[in-house]
Amino acid sequence: MNDNNARRVVSVIVVNEASVLSRITDLFSGRGYNITSLTVAPIPESKYSRLTIVTSGSVRVIEQITKQLHKLIPVLRVYEHEDMVEKEMALVKFPITENLSDINAICEAYNGKIVNVGENIVIAMVSDEPKRIDNYLNAVKRYNPKEIVRSGAVALER
Amino acid sequence: MQISGAQMVIEALIAEGVDTVFGYPGGAIMNVYDEIYKQDKFQHILTRHEQAAVHAAEGYSKASAKVGVAMITSGPGFTNAVTGLADAYMDSIPLVVISGQVPMSLIGTDAFQEIDAVGISRSCTKHNYLVTDAADLPRILKEAFYIARSGRPGPVHVDIPKDVTAQIAEFDYDVALDLETYKPHTKGNPRQIKKAMEAIANAKRPLFYLGGGIINSNAADEVRELVHTTGIPAVETFMARGTLSHDDKLLIGMLGMHGSYAANMAMSETDLVIALGARFDDRVTGKLSEFAKNAAVIHVDIDPASISKLVNANYPIVGDIKNVVNEMLSQCSIVDAQNYEQWRETIINFNELHPLTYHEDSDRLKPQWVVQRVGELLGDDANISTDVGQHQMWTAQFYPFSRPRQFISSGGLGTMGFGFPAAMGVKAATPEKTSINFTGDGSILMNCQELMTAVEKKLPVINIILNNNFLGMVRQWQTLFYDKRHSETDLSVQPDFVKLAEAFGGIGYRVKTKEEFDAALKDAVEKNVVAFIEVIVERFENVLPMVPSGGSLFNMMLLEKKENK
Repeated sequence: MNDNNARRVVSVIVVNEASVLSRITDLFSGRGYNITSLTVAPIPESKYSRLTIVTSGSVRVIEQITKQLHKLIPVLRVYEHEDMVEKEMALVKFPITENLSDINAICEAYNGKIVNVGENIVIAMVSDEPKRIDNYLNAVKRYNPKEIVRSGAVALER
Repeated sequence: MQISGAQMVIEALIAEGVDTVFGYPGGAIMNVYDEIYKQDKFQHILTRHEQAAVHAAEGYSKASAKVGVAMITSGPGFTNAVTGLADAYMDSIPLVVISGQVPMSLIGTDAFQEIDAVGISRSCTKHNYLVTDAADLPRILKEAFYIARSGRPGPVHVDIPKDVTAQIAEFDYDVALDLETYKPHTKGNPRQIKKAMEAIANAKRPLFYLGGGIINSNAADEVRELVHTTGIPAVETFMARGTLSHDDKLLIGMLGMHGSYAANMAMSETDLVIALGARFDDRVTGKLSEFAKNAAVIHVDIDPASISKLVNANYPIVGDIKNVVNEMLSQCSIVDAQNYEQWRETIINFNELHPLTYHEDSDRLKPQWVVQRVGELLGDDANISTDVGQHQMWTAQFYPFSRPRQFISSGGLGTMGFGFPAAMGVKAATPEKTSINFTGDGSILMNCQELMTAVEKKLPVINIILNNNFLGMVRQWQTLFYDKRHSETDLSVQPDFVKLAEAFGGIGYRVKTKEEFDAALKDAVEKNVVAFIEVIVERFENVLPMVPSGGSLFNMMLLEKKENK
């Protein structure tokens, strides 16, 4: 991974008000920055929400992203993560005819398990670092996953 | 007190000390206009197009240093105003623009004259609001004015649905603002300032790079003192014209694409750039990798995002220019103005090698002469607006500006049609000064309907139309870079500008000689009425010198040397 396109994780604390998400995403699209993933949820017992944005760019680009985000009026704080705990969740739907004990064993290696069983399918959940989620999805390819959904990353600075 | 949303708008404007509002009524804003009718605390100037209302508010703001206010209706009223918002955003002009919106119950139904106004204005305003409850209106309007004028100034848009303007709620404007997430940093870091002053003291060829932020910060006096105390030469950006007086020995001139040879060479040779409220725009820097290549950079700006955006700053200082420059002044004793004697000599030599000038080699008037002549005749007594194009650059190059806020032009966005309405706003703010708008035969037609506003409201703007029957700046690029294929830039088919002015009740002149021009300008100033002075100028005159787009500042296309007739 060259420095010009390094992966970065940025957390943004914003006032939880109408259209604040559009302000953030408009800034990214208007200035030509990437969003790899984006998660948002209110911070409990406060008027703020927390966004975790996975993006990419050179040091200078990330510095600009951070500054431009901070310029938005409802933005309280922007962190570019350096030393963080980062997790992402994935849900995967498999045919019930696949080898379920194998699937369950793999899921366990990625902090997960089968969480739902239907007539024809099972749903497995894993939760791990985004890179390990990539590995998991590679590992379960052979079990014919029907549908995959990833949550996008959340991160906390250590 | 319990009043309607519409009354709250009026009360808030009065509380903010607004004396002039530019606008255009329509369905969704009618409740507010009804309250405007009933009051006599501020004047409303009805422009003939919403774009012009916003440009007029910009001109008013730039000339008066106050927040400009414009009011428009929903849908097309708002979309017409967007160019003005974008223009103010690019040039950091504090505005509050209030638009009507369809009633809340109709939002999202594709109602008549409905458009997602805040969705559109989000990317061209400093901030915006959709008001959903009249109870929020006092706070929102107070925040809007505060956000517009504080920090790096800019336009704030407030969109108010019609039913909210009818709603009754409590109005109390004396509430303290609680903007936890917005706290502009105005005081520079003292340690950084100290380091910057040491860098200045150690530099051999330092150069002030003065930007429009100085004017926004009302810091021209302090900057003049700093320049004179340190004896360090200065270049101005287009937006900073008038920061130093034209006759200041330390002012080298304007830099950039159409800057002077000396200014651009000084920037190329300096070993320390002292950027004050400037943002290293591409029209200023030319090729970035060659810009001030051997120099360290001190960058003072109130907007942290402007610092190290394009050129890395060795000494970044976030703060209001006025505060920071005052702090710099207090530490000036370590700087010895004698040290830069040789550097000043070098710059004088640059200037003597290729002075900013033009040749009187045409049967027709030269546009530069016209600008210079107005400068000789009116000088400090006029405020100067421009439209966008060749005439704009000639004005920036050749007018003898002597004070900040004398020059009002659309720099960042480059909006043709800006000049005339802006000049009306300037006149409304500074009635004691003559308001001149230098314009071209292309630009003037983009807001010529404002003749009606200017005549009705007795805003005697003198529009000097430098007529070369071309969309001149584009024609110049076509001549230079497109092998003279003048695609769609020949404006030979034109209205009769004299009759056009007269049709609206203004006065028109068509002049071809120096004597005729002097007579027309004298007459227009004396009569004090709205005027068009159409000046027939050389068709193929180019704006020179010029740094071709993407070229290096030291690689300029220069005026050919020859003896003037």
